[in-house]
Amino acid sequence: MAQIEVKDLTYVYSAGAGEPRCALNRINLSIEKGEFIGLVGHTGSGKSTFAKQLNALLKPTSGNVLWDGVDIWQNSRSNPEFAREVRFKVGLVFQYPEYQLFEDTVYNDIAFGPKNMGLSDSDVKEKVLAACNFVNLDLNLLQKSPFDLSGGEKRKVAIAGVLSMDPEVLVLDEPTVGLDPCSREALLEQLYQYHKEKDKTIVLISHRMEDIAKYSDRVIVLSDGNLVMFDSARHVFGCDKILNDVGLKAPQICSIMAKLKAGAIPSLNDKVLTVDDAVTELLKFV
Amino acid sequence: MLSNIALGRFYPGNSFVHRLDPRVKIVLVVVLLVTVFFSNNYLAFFTNLAAIFIFMVFAKISFKNYFKNMKVILFIVLFTSVLNIFYAKGPLLFKIGPVAITKCGLDNSIFVAFRLLTLILISSLLTFTTSPTDLTDALERILKPLSVFKIKTHELAMMMSIALRFIPTLLEETDKIIDAQKARGADMESGNALKRIKALVPILVPLLVASFRRAFDLAMAMECRCYNGGDGRTKMKVLHICSNDVLAISAVVTIFLLVLWSNFWVLAVHL
Repeated sequence: MAQIEVKDLTYVYSAGAGEPRCALNRINLSIEKGEFIGLVGHTGSGKSTFAKQLNALLKPTSGNVLWDGVDIWQNSRSNPEFAREVRFKVGLVFQYPEYQLFEDTVYNDIAFGPKNMGLSDSDVKEKVLAACNFVNLDLNLLQKSPFDLSGGEKRKVAIAGVLSMDPEVLVLDEPTVGLDPCSREALLEQLYQYHKEKDKTIVLISHRMEDIAKYSDRVIVLSDGNLVMFDSARHVFGCDKILNDVGLKAPQICSIMAKLKAGAIPSLNDKVLTVDDAVTELLKFV
Repeated sequence: MLSNIALGRFYPGNSFVHRLDPRVKIVLVVVLLVTVFFSNNYLAFFTNLAAIFIFMVFAKISFKNYFKNMKVILFIVLFTSVLNIFYAKGPLLFKIGPVAITKCGLDNSIFVAFRLLTLILISSLLTFTTSPTDLTDALERILKPLSVFKIKTHELAMMMSIALRFIPTLLEETDKIIDAQKARGADMESGNALKRIKALVPILVPLLVASFRRAFDLAMAMECRCYNGGDGRTKMKVLHICSNDVLAISAVVTIFLLVLWSNFWVLAVHL
């Protein structure tokens, strides 16, 4: 059984003065346990709305979101706690998560989630330390105020605040925006380790196709609320034309390899996703 | 969730009311408000209501929006008007147990409810049809005489327009923070009063931090564009009073006089 299954999911924004706007239009897909999923789409394509649906923060206008085969909004009247439990299972890291910090110390902020789960103090401590370990946060910072930290450190604290709930699925909405290249790579590498070591499902939303191509098993492409593609990264980034149509681009290395194949080296295997793979393929011709 | 609040919202349009000079609109709204407070008989109230209704029709904005605004203060209206029933002397109308209902009390309670609701309607009419920039622009002009007393009217108006401008932004920000804390399992819907107040801390702290950050950014951006207050500043939109404004002014003055006359008339009938 798929871990998360989305059936005919439609969500319409109707608040405010304007016309109702369809943010998600009859989306069908399923995500297996332990997958690394990339979620891409142009600005306003419904990525963030989709993320909130997985996390039970928004209720679908129609359609269902199933967790382990159970509709998360089923019996929401008789059992309102269920949606909250889903939020502990599906951790959602928002864009600019550092803006949600509020506690007096870093430790307390990371402990906010586990405390809400009703864990004992010793369990909370264990979870907090494990989360810090995963995002590689200096333990000396734990007693400082989160507002005294640098931007990169704040981001780590905020992500640790979600990881500390030990969710089964981690959804990250552009976690690397505004970070320098080294921090970005380090953060993604840590997430990948977390995914591998604990067999956790990860859904990564990003505008950086290189990152998506490097880490994802499968990629979801959204455009104007419609599901355009949901396939292996190799296949998705091979479909240049479709990507261009929805305002996206394959990673640079894919285009370079495609051009080399078209021009100089017809027998080249251009189905690569990372620079390292490309080098391996090219070395065959040296 | 929070973005449903219609209070102070502007609905762009090109109706008769939209096109009125904002200065005229502010003054007329003040006159209408005074009129509502002068009204102390049913005839006056109906005159008021009819006038407001006509302006509402001319503004061409869905009546639903006005009701949304009225809903916000419905509790206050009910509370005050119910209280007013009991605090009046005069001839007894009927009695329910120990509670005596007088005609005067009943009238008072109806008047209070009527006044509060018409106040909301009139002020909604102003904010619905006037953009915040126009509103503060007009206010600046109206307050200009105060600069004789060394009051910086331009700065006051600027502060007001910034405050108005950031209401929707802050609401949006609040929604985002609520979502983020909910995602970490924050529970805002259950528990006793104390627990609920405590549950606001994770929202208010980031909100406060965010507004300071925004204020710093805005100040920097304004300095970068060489903003230095009102001295020597010219207007992009110069306001003119045209025939429509004269029409509206005469209509409101007529209503005002009608209400005054009805007050005297009622008085005369009683004597």
